[in-house]
Amino acid sequence: MNQIKSVSAGYFDGVWKLFASLKLTIALLLSLAATSIVGTLIPQNQELKEYFQAFGPFLFQIFDVLDIFDMYHAWWFQLLLLMLVLNITVCSIDRLSVTWKIIFPKVPKFKASRFINNPNMKELNIHRQPDDLKSKYESVLNRFYSYTSFDRTDDGIMLFAEKGRWTRLGVYAVHLSIILLLVGGLIGSNYGFEGFVNIPEGESADQIRLRNSGKIIPLGFTIRCDDFNITHYRNGAVREWRSSLSILEDGKLVFQKDIIVNDPLRYKGINIFQSSLGELGPETSGAADVHPIKPGDDIILDITSTESGMSYRKTTIIGREVAIPEGLGTFVVTEYRPDAQFRGQVVGEAIVGIHKMDGADPVEILLPLHFPAFDKMRKGQAVFSVAEQTIEKFSPGSTPEMRYYTGLQVTNDPGVWVVYSGFMMIIAGCIITFFMSHQKMCVHIIPKEGGSIVRISGTANKNKPGMWKKVDRIADEISQLT
Amino acid sequence: METTQLVSPYILSAVTFIYALAAVLYIFSWIFKTPVADRWATWAAVTGWAGNTAGIILRWIESYRVLESGHAPFSNLYESLIFFSWTIITLYLILERRTANRVIGAFCTPLAFLALAYASLSPNVSSRIQPLLPALQSNWLIAHVMTCFIGYAAFAIAFGVSLMYLLKSGSGDSEGAMMQKLPAPAVLDDLTHQLVVFGFLFLTIGIITGAVWANSAWGRYWGWDPKETWSLITWLIYAALLHMRLMRGWQGRRIAIMSIVGFMAVLFTYFGVNLLPGMHSYGASG
Repeated sequence: MNQIKSVSAGYFDGVWKLFASLKLTIALLLSLAATSIVGTLIPQNQELKEYFQAFGPFLFQIFDVLDIFDMYHAWWFQLLLLMLVLNITVCSIDRLSVTWKIIFPKVPKFKASRFINNPNMKELNIHRQPDDLKSKYESVLNRFYSYTSFDRTDDGIMLFAEKGRWTRLGVYAVHLSIILLLVGGLIGSNYGFEGFVNIPEGESADQIRLRNSGKIIPLGFTIRCDDFNITHYRNGAVREWRSSLSILEDGKLVFQKDIIVNDPLRYKGINIFQSSLGELGPETSGAADVHPIKPGDDIILDITSTESGMSYRKTTIIGREVAIPEGLGTFVVTEYRPDAQFRGQVVGEAIVGIHKMDGADPVEILLPLHFPAFDKMRKGQAVFSVAEQTIEKFSPGSTPEMRYYTGLQVTNDPGVWVVYSGFMMIIAGCIITFFMSHQKMCVHIIPKEGGSIVRISGTANKNKPGMWKKVDRIADEISQLT
Repeated sequence: METTQLVSPYILSAVTFIYALAAVLYIFSWIFKTPVADRWATWAAVTGWAGNTAGIILRWIESYRVLESGHAPFSNLYESLIFFSWTIITLYLILERRTANRVIGAFCTPLAFLALAYASLSPNVSSRIQPLLPALQSNWLIAHVMTCFIGYAAFAIAFGVSLMYLLKSGSGDSEGAMMQKLPAPAVLDDLTHQLVVFGFLFLTIGIITGAVWANSAWGRYWGWDPKETWSLITWLIYAALLHMRLMRGWQGRRIAIMSIVGFMAVLFTYFGVNLLPGMHSYGASG
């Protein structure tokens, strides 16, 4: 019985020692770094068949078994993280149990020998007796240090002072914060969700689709998209996507906010982000007065170079190729469509053309007459639009407004505050660990004929050169006293 | 549409040549014992730094003239390279004052020159001022870019100092005049450590500001995007270095090699990741 106990105790000791070892820490840090590289070289969470095509059946099998296609959530990567947590915990307990008494003693202790034999000691000769000096020096030390004490020794008086004892805890704060980050992440992935919902302008949604499982879950309230707007910069790039959202509970309006990228709506722990957009086609289709564009009719096009922002006007007819300046290739109008469609949505009258550029595949471009800014969405190097005169000539009447749906990212992460406290703690911990130290100072007053010898020395657990400067400073203050 | 000519790219191109001059002077004064070149080198570096500063500020002002809404010059590769060279020179000049050793300049100013030369001369890097995309319109942008690049600059100088260490310790006792001018190995080793500590703090803050920003823009603070992952890889390498140094008392050669490896990871995080797919693509070119 006893033997079994000692064997299991020995086994426990062995495991404890393994997790208390710094070699394991370094091995874990470097293997996390090394394995993380893999996931940056192989795009994560793509369709399986794309991987199959890219790697072939053999590599695909191996990668699939190792979860390489979602490696940051693979069991072996999570195991490395778990081992890091254990390593940090065991190391901290191991070291704290030893240093706790140093950090929190009832009365701070000073080892006289560490100061007497200090190589960076300053010595002053003062023409006064030690007892005259003691209280004066104490008040100097009190100005710089939070704790002072003194000791009468065989050869005189030793004044001690210290501060920053608590800074020895900084490193534990850093380590605890790493655990907070990982625990917060775990809470988020187990109890939070990440989903999305598309809501057409004027319509509502009360459920969302989860991003990884595709499951549909109810929100517990209704989101209504009152309005959706896109604004562009002069060069055609998107300046802002803005959704005006209302939150309704039991049909009653409870909250309203315009959201843009970087400024989400938060309601009952659920965050709603502007994430994408889509078009639903024109609000009213079919203008009253339509004259089809026939072969031979003049068509005026405005072509804007995205690179330079310059705009060029070109007049052409169906079938005639025009050259675009700035080496942006050529464009030819191929046909007129009275009721064109774009991704299944009716966009009404449009002309269709082919844009050819050196070194790129020809692109078919759709230019709906009612949506002059339509081609900006394509984000090509050249942006095409049909000039106003042409639209007025062939399709007079007001241009109907495009209807959009807003794409919202909906998330809930109960772990985020754990992570954020980890963030604050790691910054504070690093500053304490790297730039603050536990400093001790000793002023040793030794009587001699007609006065005293004053020896000043200090120690610190970090930044020793900084401590030497501090000794000089105190010596300066003391020598100026009388 | 841009009818107004930008002046800042010309100033920054000129600064490129001033940094080149500074680098040549620092190397010259390292090889030949000429106190004159010493002083000139520092003057060139200071002049370049002033021009670099002026270029950044002018670019900021010009953005308000060129765009409907101006923004701080931290939004694309060109602007980040300019800020990178500025932080390298700033940190170096502080270091020169504190250590009173100019040989370090022979290893640092070339890095600032290369960063700026890449920005000014490479056809892949456009100096055009562009408006901010929706995702970049955030106050976190400035905090994120500044902290990251202060960290990167500290690591860059640590890299230079580590190279010096390897040169010095590899030279043995043969001690040519050039090797004699290098600071003592212990000094270089300590300097590497201090710079890594400084860089590590700023890299940590840079990653955190990025995470908080991502959470406010996309609803997640960490998404294993290649740039995020590579910044973590860099962080892990320097974390390993600090543990080796502080806990195992590793010094000298091994720490110097780790610091060089760490800087390679920094470079990949900065440039290499743009070759991979991901969210940070606006840092890629243009």
